[in-house]
Amino acid sequence: MEKQSSAEYIINIKNLDLFYGKFQALIAVDMLAQKNMITALIGPSGCGKSTLLRCLNRMNDLIRGVKITGKIEINNLDIYSKSTDVTELRKNVGMVFQRPNPFPLSIYDNVVYGLRVAGIRNKTELDEIAEKSLRGAWLWDQVKDKLNHPGLELPLDQQQRLCIARLLAVQPEVILMDEPCSSLDPIATMKIEELMIELKKEYTIVIVTHNMQQASRVSDFTGYMLLGEMIEFDKTVNIFTRPANKLTEEYISGKYG
Amino acid sequence: MRINPKYTQWGAVTILTSATIFTILILVFIIFFILEKGLPVLGLSFLTENPQEMGKAGGIFPTLIGTIILPVFALLIATPLGISTSVYLAEYTKETRITKVIRFGTDCLAGIPSIIFGLFGYIFFVITLGFGWSILSGGLTLAVMVLPTIIRTSEEAIRAVPNSYRKVSFSLGASRWQTVKKVVLPNALPGIVTGIMLSIGRSIGETAAVIFTAGSSLRIPSSVFDSTRTMAVHFYILAREGISSENAYGTAATLIIAVLFVNLLAYYTMHRFIAKRS
Repeated sequence: MEKQSSAEYIINIKNLDLFYGKFQALIAVDMLAQKNMITALIGPSGCGKSTLLRCLNRMNDLIRGVKITGKIEINNLDIYSKSTDVTELRKNVGMVFQRPNPFPLSIYDNVVYGLRVAGIRNKTELDEIAEKSLRGAWLWDQVKDKLNHPGLELPLDQQQRLCIARLLAVQPEVILMDEPCSSLDPIATMKIEELMIELKKEYTIVIVTHNMQQASRVSDFTGYMLLGEMIEFDKTVNIFTRPANKLTEEYISGKYG
Repeated sequence: MRINPKYTQWGAVTILTSATIFTILILVFIIFFILEKGLPVLGLSFLTENPQEMGKAGGIFPTLIGTIILPVFALLIATPLGISTSVYLAEYTKETRITKVIRFGTDCLAGIPSIIFGLFGYIFFVITLGFGWSILSGGLTLAVMVLPTIIRTSEEAIRAVPNSYRKVSFSLGASRWQTVKKVVLPNALPGIVTGIMLSIGRSIGETAAVIFTAGSSLRIPSSVFDSTRTMAVHFYILAREGISSENAYGTAATLIIAVLFVNLLAYYTMHRFIAKRS
């Protein structure tokens, strides 16, 4: 694995094992993710890439029978230590889900949900952040005149960008994306990909994707996972042009998966 | 021999349709029968006047008061208790043997005949706690009686809220309580209201649990320690003691109209709420 000594690593996963009951879903996974870069996780279904992603904001805590050993540091803080405030962690490490999932509330109420939960009541402050977040998700121009309309009335791709705006409003450092385009058509997908490249100027993104072209188009680093193991992790160009591992090569050339 | 699916389809539709029509006809017949006998005595004076000669003459005004105050009292106690319990069961506990026992227990309680609750209320609230025949005893007994219904319907409604809402809420840094308050309960509201409606209907129509606990005084109560009589109890006494079948049917008609009105009002309010939210 090629390392640049000057790079700033925001996520550092060391020797991570994860069990669902007796089933081991992640086996000794190591991974480093650089600040302001897009890191993609690829691999066939069931390889553990989504599980790994959910470790980063401790969403796996919500699943019963999950046991984790190893270490994950975000900004040099061990996120599984007893002193970690999970609420703060989740604000700092936001998540975009597979299906667009706005609340059955207005567009505005969706965007400011995280702020209200955090106790912000000041109307001007909420308005400002809402506009900034919607602009950040390239949605402001489409919705500025109908902020009181239900979020669920928007077309799917705008719903997904609404979810991104809702996330930007809580000002995270890291954005996790779990197959964010899998329910969108190609044009909407392209738009989200462009948005991701824009977003990485300010945020660090980790994306799980089924779509290898997507990984090669948007990401700077790619990890290939198989049966719970990180088979290869490298710069995206290297993974897609000269993979070091035979298994990676077989997967990206379409021999299986 | 195989039967042509066309015929079985036709047969199924015929049976299902006739069953539905039959059910509706029975309902309509009962309502029509009671309204026909009751409406002639029903009028403003019937509703606003005090009864005379134990209800043989005069109106039913005190029983109107009793019918409003007892269910309101019961629901004021049972609703917060029931919803809190259902939130606890659905959101805060893992599925263990204990929750299964609690759920089984509430299901059993929901199926117990109301006279048993009446007896319990009589022994516990009226005698042991010394509340006497009173709105307090009756309201508490009714609350205990409808609690299982509220718990189970609310729990089902809460469980039916899509899990993705909870996940998103947590991922935005909300605590479980904030998630419950801001996402789960508003979305479970229609189901919860249905449970409360069923409970109001049951309390309004209840006799056995009420007659032993709230008594059957025809005076207008001045505090929760006074006895009162509901329309259902009034109807029961008028009919059973053979005091006046006209006034009994008049009371029954009022009761049916009242239940209908409460239901319509609740559904209207709920739809307004839903329309406002989305």
